[in-house]
Amino acid sequence: MRLFGRKRATPRDDATLLALLREGDEDAFAELVGRYDAPLRRVVRAYVPSDAVADDVVGETWLGVLRGLDRFEGRSSLKTWLFRIAINRAKTRGARESRTIPFSSLVAEEAESDEPAVDPGRFDTSGQWGAPPTRWDQKPVQRLLNGELRQQLDAAIAKLPEAQRAVLVMRDVEGLDSDEVADALGITTGNERVLLHRARSRVRNELEGYLA
Amino acid sequence: MSSVNFTIEIVCRELVELVTDYLEGTLDESTRARVEEHLAVCEHCTEYVEQMRITTRALREVRTAELEPERRDELLAMFREWAADGDGA
Repeated sequence: MRLFGRKRATPRDDATLLALLREGDEDAFAELVGRYDAPLRRVVRAYVPSDAVADDVVGETWLGVLRGLDRFEGRSSLKTWLFRIAINRAKTRGARESRTIPFSSLVAEEAESDEPAVDPGRFDTSGQWGAPPTRWDQKPVQRLLNGELRQQLDAAIAKLPEAQRAVLVMRDVEGLDSDEVADALGITTGNERVLLHRARSRVRNELEGYLA
Repeated sequence: MSSVNFTIEIVCRELVELVTDYLEGTLDESTRARVEEHLAVCEHCTEYVEQMRITTRALREVRTAELEPERRDELLAMFREWAADGDGA
């Protein structure tokens, strides 16, 4: 038996993994799960009341993917397909869990409320910087970009309001484009950009406390 | 900024709200030009935009997060069950 979870020197692309998966290749499944399970759970968490339910929904998603392999025609990318299945399941599940606020309400609340990117107190009355951003130290920035400061980033992501987190994870972490994200979440591209902007601004603020 | 300028200047407080549209390339031509004029003379906003760029680049690195071993084992067990059902390959 092969060892799973071992980092491959060169990750294989999704199309290659999909082809292997269709032949029942367990290694290919392990690689896909390693790539997408955590991001899917982060996004799904926006729709359901607990981590446990999110784990559950994404587990069902993987099973749904395996069972649906024959029907997947590859019109969208595997990534988009995965997120769409997960989000649809999450929406159904979220609607059943009484404590959950509907995602559309979260979007409205998070996109339409007044939320400045930067604490207004940092500008003077003319709108110019009173307390400007301090230059970030290059050393920690390098460590950040090397992925060494992942805990700080994970914490910053975890603190985001839910709709903002869903958008930021799909766009910036997963690299989906703005149409794909709006489509998967069922929101307008306008709201998608507002949520992305607010989420990035919040993450920058969090990092500022750490890097400045 | 001096000289005669009939376009409305962007102030820092407004610029920080335009950064994402600026980086995404979704600003209209005249707003983009005004943002760039502002950045040319404002080191603080230049730093701010740079920090937003760094933030975005760093977020890409989160992607390599390791999957928890217990979770991976659970999903692989599910895979084997599915494969054993005969509809695998």
